[in-house]
Amino acid sequence: MSATSVALDRSGAVATMRIGGDVTSASEADLMAGYTQAIDGGASAIILDFSGLEYMNSGGIGLLVTLLVRAQRGGVRLLASGLSDHYREILSLTRLDEAIEIHQDEDAAVAAVGV
Amino acid sequence: MTISEETPPQAPASRDAANWAKPVDRLSAAGLAGAGVDAVTGRRVAGPLQGFGQLWQKTFKVRLDGVDVTPQALIGSWKDQFPSFWPSSARFYAPLAGIAPGEVALLDIAPVRGSPVRLSTGVMVLYADDESFTFMTPEGHTLSAWITFSAFRDGDVTIAQAQALERTSDPLDELMYLLGGSRMNDRFWQQTLENLARHHGAAEPMVDTHVVCIDSRRQWRHAGNVRNSATLRTARHTLTAPLRWITGRR
Repeated sequence: MSATSVALDRSGAVATMRIGGDVTSASEADLMAGYTQAIDGGASAIILDFSGLEYMNSGGIGLLVTLLVRAQRGGVRLLASGLSDHYREILSLTRLDEAIEIHQDEDAAVAAVGV
Repeated sequence: MTISEETPPQAPASRDAANWAKPVDRLSAAGLAGAGVDAVTGRRVAGPLQGFGQLWQKTFKVRLDGVDVTPQALIGSWKDQFPSFWPSSARFYAPLAGIAPGEVALLDIAPVRGSPVRLSTGVMVLYADDESFTFMTPEGHTLSAWITFSAFRDGDVTIAQAQALERTSDPLDELMYLLGGSRMNDRFWQQTLENLARHHGAAEPMVDTHVVCIDSRRQWRHAGNVRNSATLRTARHTLTAPLRWITGRR
């Protein structure tokens, strides 16, 4: 097991959370802290970049649901980028892809936000 | 001349790849014997985002004080004997291949204790590893949910946990949930954990319950889920039972 890493980048109203390592239920504090920091900084769109994701279990996908709900409630647009085919399949399997915009990479996600 | 064939480099498989179900468009419970009604085949899975009601996270934990069992051994026996830990008001028709990613199980539940009416539905095994497994509900189930069963150590003690992320599927289910369905559901998982703990030798298991409302809004855009409702189908099946009895059809 490796720890979760969450690095935050902000550019105007768009924030990118670079998520790496293992995402499990133990990642809650890291993910929620990254999200809160992005919102407090004024982000209206958040890109979750999964290029560095190494492992995710069902606890991890549960955290993504919680994050999605928080974003929907707060009127924040949530996008995903850098997903491997495997993790794309998981988002499709769990039907999370119906609620989160998926892009090939961060540049494509930024372009979709239109800033 | 030598011709070498080059295959494009493939990304290494993720460590969790074998633990997840493969994507399926529609579920199939074909070949699963025992259950009266297959209310799952042909349906899609539905998670918390596809449901109607308020979103709840319910966590049930039991400490196995004084019991010498590792989390892996506990989960192994939980998977192998899953139906035996359920309260007697419900039946779980386990997949032939056991609780493994992608397998489908059928359920038969009495909506009210002692009721002759049975609610037929099912689950798909979304995820399974040595320390946890997760079920996801199909369309028509009263809850659009994931429920994860796991075990972990807290110091020298093994803890068994069931954690649901759930919202009711449609307005009718939401009404029943508010009128006592939620409490019944809580009691169901508390009894399951008590049975599991007793099976492993815990003398007086105490289940700790923690309920959090993640989203208090109702998703009215999913109110139409009622068309798939297992509750309505069960009511229809029950009301037409005399007719089927007269005509000799099941």
